[in-house]
Amino acid sequence: MIATLAWKEFRTLFTSPLAWIILAMVQFILAVVFFWYLSQYLEILPRIQQLTNPPGVTEVVVSGSFYFAAILLQVAVALLSMRLLSDEYRNRTIALLLSAPISSAEIALGKFCGLFLFLLLPVVLLTLMSASLALGGTVDWGLIGANLLGLMLLLAAYSALGLFISSLTAHPLLAGFGTLMALIFLLLLNLLVTDPNATTHYLSFLSHFEMMARGMIDTTSLAFLLIVTATFLILTSKVLERRRMQS
Amino acid sequence: MLPPNDITLSALHLTRRYGAGLAVAELDLELRRGEVLGLLGPNGAGKSTSLQMLTGNLAPSSGSITICGIDLLEHPQRAKAKIGYLPEIPPLYRELTVEEFLTFCARLHRLPRAKIAQAVHTAKARCGLGDMGRRLIAHLSKGYQQRVGIAQAILHAPDVVILDEPTVGLDPNQMRDIRALIRELSVGHSVILSTHILAEVEAVCDRVKIMHRGKIVFSDSIDGLRHSRQTEMLLVGFARPPTLAEFTQATGISAVKRLEDGLFQIHDAPQSTLTETITQVAAAQDWGLTQLMPQHTSLEDVFSELTRTDNTIKTSP
Repeated sequence: MIATLAWKEFRTLFTSPLAWIILAMVQFILAVVFFWYLSQYLEILPRIQQLTNPPGVTEVVVSGSFYFAAILLQVAVALLSMRLLSDEYRNRTIALLLSAPISSAEIALGKFCGLFLFLLLPVVLLTLMSASLALGGTVDWGLIGANLLGLMLLLAAYSALGLFISSLTAHPLLAGFGTLMALIFLLLLNLLVTDPNATTHYLSFLSHFEMMARGMIDTTSLAFLLIVTATFLILTSKVLERRRMQS
Repeated sequence: MLPPNDITLSALHLTRRYGAGLAVAELDLELRRGEVLGLLGPNGAGKSTSLQMLTGNLAPSSGSITICGIDLLEHPQRAKAKIGYLPEIPPLYRELTVEEFLTFCARLHRLPRAKIAQAVHTAKARCGLGDMGRRLIAHLSKGYQQRVGIAQAILHAPDVVILDEPTVGLDPNQMRDIRALIRELSVGHSVILSTHILAEVEAVCDRVKIMHRGKIVFSDSIDGLRHSRQTEMLLVGFARPPTLAEFTQATGISAVKRLEDGLFQIHDAPQSTLTETITQVAAAQDWGLTQLMPQHTSLEDVFSELTRTDNTIKTSP
């Protein structure tokens, strides 16, 4: 059932030009950024080779690009998640889901999975770009893996937040704006608070991704992102339940 | 008497409050297999709210709903599997084709994979969508979109089909087709249909409930409705009209009202015996009988009578 809903959501995204534009733009920007990091690395390579423990190509190029993707995809999540439930409310198609023999949790999870599946596309392409470095040298596969895992978990948390905000209003633009603001706020928590031990720093999704992007897969970060995702999914299904009581 | 297990839907004391307001009050409903129930009422009478509750889209403030013996509020998923619902605004994903949409709906209703293609094909055929499968729903006319909405509601062969104003916005030909389809559906299913069109109720329903301001104000079989509209009235005209007292005295009819131009309106009287009496008396008294006309209360009159408190009611013939 979740697969049915997710697949429908995934297919529907491809019927909107917005999704194609987002895919194309994200891919283009990431390719430019990747290339920029790579040329920077090649430029400094002669100098850093004299260091005793020089940073590798994966550390500079891959981690750099993934970090950039983590921020860029915030915009994509806001634009893609805004319609998930708002549109169903606005077009009254939510009645179809509410009168079908499925639970609110299945609706929330199905929508979430559809969006997540879509967001994996640029992530897969970015991973392939990173893997292509292996053609001309040695790469740290472990670090690529850590970045990939971190970005996936981060996107899951973003998507769940976006879905939750979309469940609150029948106006997609309002939902999109709300999600974008929430994500920018979380980004600010990461950028403005310099003390890495501060609570606010801890609350930022990005700080946990950063840990993993450095190759430190720490249970706290893993658990934090997973719990955030689960929490917003549960909240979304609660909102759907409540609508049945009030609407 | 039908066995009790043939009751497909029953609702008891269904009430829905909106803040201080009461949208639906103490609604009782019972539906048997093969029956078409019409829910009639002016706009805002609480029809849609009632149907939303019956389909599990809206939780009632109090009351209970049982679908084929399954409590809707306690086992929503099992009960919902037995319902097909077409809301007032058909819930259609405009960016999908008819085929894709119906296949998605079939999966939502957990139809076994092997049966989906057949179910979609049957639903399309029944709703006259045979060659529309590859068309985008967004490109269909209102009438065809409505048909897709109905196809979606009957796709999984539910025991109870609930249609909220299924013929709204359709042209007369499409209305006739949809009504024929509803009659056809009643074989093997139970159907609840809401409408504010009286002729529709007469054309397709076995029983009718008239709602007004959240309450059922009339509940009877369609024959009962016909009967109540045939409250017999007789209009009699004379060239040399007697006074009201003279008329009553001579004919022995007391339920009578004198109108202008020598016309008398006789209420609640069996026509067959009356006409004879009146012609005889009129001839004997030399009143000069000019007309004798039975009058039917129109369905609209019955409706207006029942929902009189609302002055803004508009009904279509």
